[in-house]
This record gives sequence, C-alpha cells and structure tokens, in this order.
Amino acid sequence: MTELDVGAATGPPKGGPRRVRTRGGPGVPLPLLLPALIGLAFLIVPLVALLVRAPWRSMPELLTSAEVWQALRLSLVCATAATAVSLVIGVPLAWLLARVEFPGRGLVRALVTLPLVLPPVVGGVALLMALGRNGIIGKSLDDWFGITLPFTTTGVVIAEAFVAMPFLVISVEGTLRAADPRFEEAAATLGASRFTAFRRVTLPLIAPGIAAGAVLAWARALGEFGATITFAGNFPGRTQTMPLAVYLALQSDPEAAIALSLVLLAVSIAVLAGLRDRWMTAG
Amino acid sequence: MTETPDTAHGTRDARAPHRTPDARGHGPDGSGTGLDARLVVERGAFRLDVALTAAPGEVVALLGPNGAGKTTALRALAGLTPLSGGHLRLDGTALERMPPESRPVGVVFQDYLLFPHLTALDNVAFGPRCHGATKASAREQAADWLGRLGLADHAGAKPRRLSGGQAQRVALARALATRPRLLLLDEPLAALDARTRLEVRSQLRRHLADFEAVAVLVTHDPLDAMVLADRLVVVEDGRIVQEGAPSDVARRPRTDYIAQLVGLNLYRGEADGHTVRLDDGPSLTTAEALSGPVFVAFPPSAVTLHRDRPAGTSARNLWHCEIAGLETHGDQIRADLRGELRLAADLTTVAAAELDLRPGAEVWATVKATQTHAYPV
Repeated sequence: MTELDVGAATGPPKGGPRRVRTRGGPGVPLPLLLPALIGLAFLIVPLVALLVRAPWRSMPELLTSAEVWQALRLSLVCATAATAVSLVIGVPLAWLLARVEFPGRGLVRALVTLPLVLPPVVGGVALLMALGRNGIIGKSLDDWFGITLPFTTTGVVIAEAFVAMPFLVISVEGTLRAADPRFEEAAATLGASRFTAFRRVTLPLIAPGIAAGAVLAWARALGEFGATITFAGNFPGRTQTMPLAVYLALQSDPEAAIALSLVLLAVSIAVLAGLRDRWMTAG
Repeated sequence: MTETPDTAHGTRDARAPHRTPDARGHGPDGSGTGLDARLVVERGAFRLDVALTAAPGEVVALLGPNGAGKTTALRALAGLTPLSGGHLRLDGTALERMPPESRPVGVVFQDYLLFPHLTALDNVAFGPRCHGATKASAREQAADWLGRLGLADHAGAKPRRLSGGQAQRVALARALATRPRLLLLDEPLAALDARTRLEVRSQLRRHLADFEAVAVLVTHDPLDAMVLADRLVVVEDGRIVQEGAPSDVARRPRTDYIAQLVGLNLYRGEADGHTVRLDDGPSLTTAEALSGPVFVAFPPSAVTLHRDRPAGTSARNLWHCEIAGLETHGDQIRADLRGELRLAADLTTVAAAELDLRPGAEVWATVKATQTHAYPV
C-alpha cells in the first residue's frame, strides 16, 4: 500500500522507463507496478462509482422507508442467528478436526470446506433436497412434527449457516492447530477431563480465532444471496434479506438499490475496521 | 576414551548397594508405598525400556543425552504417552490403564505451560478446582501454596509478567496443589538463565526435600541431577546404563557419556594387581589392586604433557600421543589426544604456550598411578 501511494504521489512517468523509488526500498519495476495499479483501480473504482452515483439528496427518505428497515433488520437478525448456530456446532467440529485422529479425517475436512467453493445456488438446491417438504429429512419433519423449513425465516438462517459455517470452522481449526496442545496435557495432569480442559483452557486460548471466524461467518451470512433465495425464497418481511432487496430494487427502483448497497457497504467497512486488530493477531 | 563399555553391564551391581530396602517396603506382590514401574514404550525404531523404583520422599533423577527417552519415560508416568508394555504401580495401585486426569501425578513441564489467560493464583487453583473443590476453597489452597513458595505478592500476575524463576515456582505450586503421590519435573531448570538457575536450583532442592512422596526429574545437566536428586538413573538409547547415588555415579562412571559429563577419562580393561590391560590399547598402572574386568578413570587435570620423552619421572603411565584438538575449558586449555591412548588433558594457558602446543604436535603424556581410580565392572 505505502509503496503504491508513494508511487502515485511521485507523479506519472515522464517518458522513458522510469522507476518509482520508495523510501529506503528498491525500485518497483514497471511490469509489476502497472498491473498492480490496474488491479487496485479494478477493486476500488466500482465502490467509488457507488458513492458518486448515490442519490444523496433523496437518501434519508429512501433509507427510512419501512421496507428497507424490515430488510436490514431481517438481515442482521438472520446473520447473527446463523453465526450463533455456526458457533454452537462449528467450534466443536473444528476441535474434532484439529484434535482427534480418526479414519477419514482428511475426507471430512474436505467435505467441510466444500460449501466454501460450492456455488451457493447449488447449496440452496441441496438444502431443498434435504430439508424441503419432500426432502429426505424435511419430509419426516413435516409429517411427524409439522415443521416446514423452506421459505421461512428459519430457512434463511439455515441457508446462511450452511454457507457461512465453513469459514468459522476453517478459521477455528487453524487457530487450534497453532495453539499448543500441551496446554491440554497440562490441564489433564491437573485432573481436568478432556471437556473441562477444552472449556477452561483451550476455549479461552483460541478466543481470538473464534472471534475472527465468527466475524467472517457473520459477514458471509449477511451477504448471502444464492442459497437464501433458492431455499427460502424472497418474501418481504419474512425471507427478503438486504441482498435480495437490493437485487429486487435494481429492477424497479435503481436509486433505492444504490441506497441499500451503500448501507451494506457501510456495514462491511465497519466489520473490517472491527476485525483489523484481530486479523493481525489471530492465526 | 576409546572404550565403550557394554552399557547394560553392572547396572544391578551398581544399584544394589544404594537401595534402602527398609524405606521401600515393597511386598513381593508389588504392594506397598512408592513407585514401582517398568516402562516400555515402542515408537517406530525407538524402544524405551526402563525399570524405575522409588520410595516416598526419594528424589530420582533421570539423566541422559537428548533423545535418550527421558521425557518419554516421564510422559509415560504421567499417562500422556501410553505404555506398550511393562507395569506402573504407585503406592500399590496400578496406574497403567488410568487416564492422566485420574492419576495422582503432578507434572512441572519444561517450559512450565502455565495457562496464559489465568493469573498465577488461578493457575494454581486449577488443579484443586478439577478435584472438586469449590472456587473459594481452591483459591484459598492456591494462595496457601503460593505463600509457601514465596509468591504471595504475585498471585494476581498473569504468567507473561512473571520472571523465569517465578514462573517455575508457580508451575511447581500448581503441580503440588493437587497433592500428587508422584511429582514429575521435566528439565525444571532448562528454561532459566545461568544466574536465576543457581538460585532456583537451591530453592527447588529445598522444596523437593520437603516433598513427602516420590519425585522423578528429568535432566541432561549433571549438576542439576547431582544437586537435586538422591539417586541418579542414567538413561541412554532407551535403556538404563547406570544407577546409583550421585557421588558414586560421578566417581565411578560406566559409560563415556557419564565420564564426559563429569569430566573423566574412562577406560575398560582386565586388571591383574596394579596393572590393567586395556581392551584395545596399552596397560595402565593403578593405585588399587584388582583382578578381572574393571573400569579405570582419571580426570584430565591428572595428565601431564611433555614435549620430549621425560626421563626419570615417577609416573609409570607414559604414552606417546598426538594433539587432535585444543579448546578453552574455563581458564584451562583442554587438549584432545590420540595415539597410544585417547585421552583428554587439562593444562594452563601458560603451560600450553610453553609447550608450543598445536594440533598435530607430538607429545608425551604421563599420569601418576595415585591419580587413577579403578573399580570393578
């Protein structure tokens, strides 16, 4: 970052292959600098455009509409619930992967990471096959308990957790692997059962990693679109989260879409700022 | 030191005189008090097989080079490494199938492993808490232990704010707070700098002397072992090569490793009166008159070097050698000699300069018979 800033400040090259000097460092060769600057612009320009084109004058009006608040509240509630679900079942899963040797552990880890690379829409379809009214589990849930998950707010939470939990598991597992397992041994020699050792020693030690993983998962859940619209649909007030609202608004009211996007951008920046310290320290 | 005595030899003999059968009180069925263990751990090509017994109140040091299996033995005692064979009884109770958390064993780890998120007090209270004490009672016990170890002022400190010596004492307090019947210490002084070490060593000695159950410590430092332990068990390559009181092991080493540790030249040979014919070298004249297989030891300081063959010397042990290497050893110079006999010799810097010693130089080495010490294998 600093190198590029300094480079930009030095002004554009005036004829001939000039090298941009950085403070104390070696020169940055042009074949690297040019693509780097293009890359930077590629990432930043769209966000700048969003700010430039924002209907600042009508913004208060757009943002105070009932639909926006409804969607924002639903998004926050569902992302938080999905993160909570991920914590409750994801942290023990990460512990299992990091600390217990069992046959097929590599395969299990691969399966856990699969939703990371799986197109979210496919995840949504898969969830329908499992938990939909005619799904392999959903049918029984419906028949025996009268519980229907798809196209409900609970469905939104499930879809978001499905997509976001792998981020948490990977992050926590990495922290666990980096943490010295001998602390657990020390706890055992002091009379702690494995669960007590986990609760009183391991958990506090990996708390930064859990927090980082939770924030990542929360951010991923907040932006979730594909799996949510496939599994939970797009019903305002029930399953229409912010990203869905943005997409819908873009068809009818582009200004509203920009306003909603800005809200999500602001939330993302807030998350990033909150994460920055953790990011550096957590493995 | 061309000699590598058969390490398994003499182990029993060495141990027998130092046993205190009255203090031990093992019944023939293995019941009784103290530690009675044979630890067998197989891991790939490495095999640990050591028999350990100790009476309550006794401090046993496992001494050996890195990779000898000392720490593995300690982990096996604590239950952190499963036994492949053998047995482990403590005060008559079989422990080998017990998980570590159920064993009445306390461990002071090499780098202490104090829980970084807990204060010194809560670190020490952790054990009593796990053993069912209420929070208040556990903290009371912990405060008591910290007080005993002179750490009352540091009860509220997190481990990273403690000095090395303080952390070591907190680790000791934490291990003692569960009132173990077997206390294990893994290189308890290795993490300390030289000055702290001296102080902590004498403190630790006091605390171990007060400890009423069995203590086993692992170290590669002979001084730590000699100061802290009542009995040394020397482990090399997963086996016990020598056992005995520290002074005895130091005076009568049975392997090159121990001889080097305590700074002695060690040879093995066949004694006939005052003459010992070395297994693959010349003869040595000794002060003691023995017969049969013996070890002969003498310190490097007993060796005198001459540039020319000395005439009329009273030393009967005279060898022609070549200097293979020189290094400073404290305020002395230690010469590594090869030739008729391989040996180490200590001399002052002045003497080394006068003799114009340099690697490759030829010298005559003499040792007075009275400076040697011979003992049966």
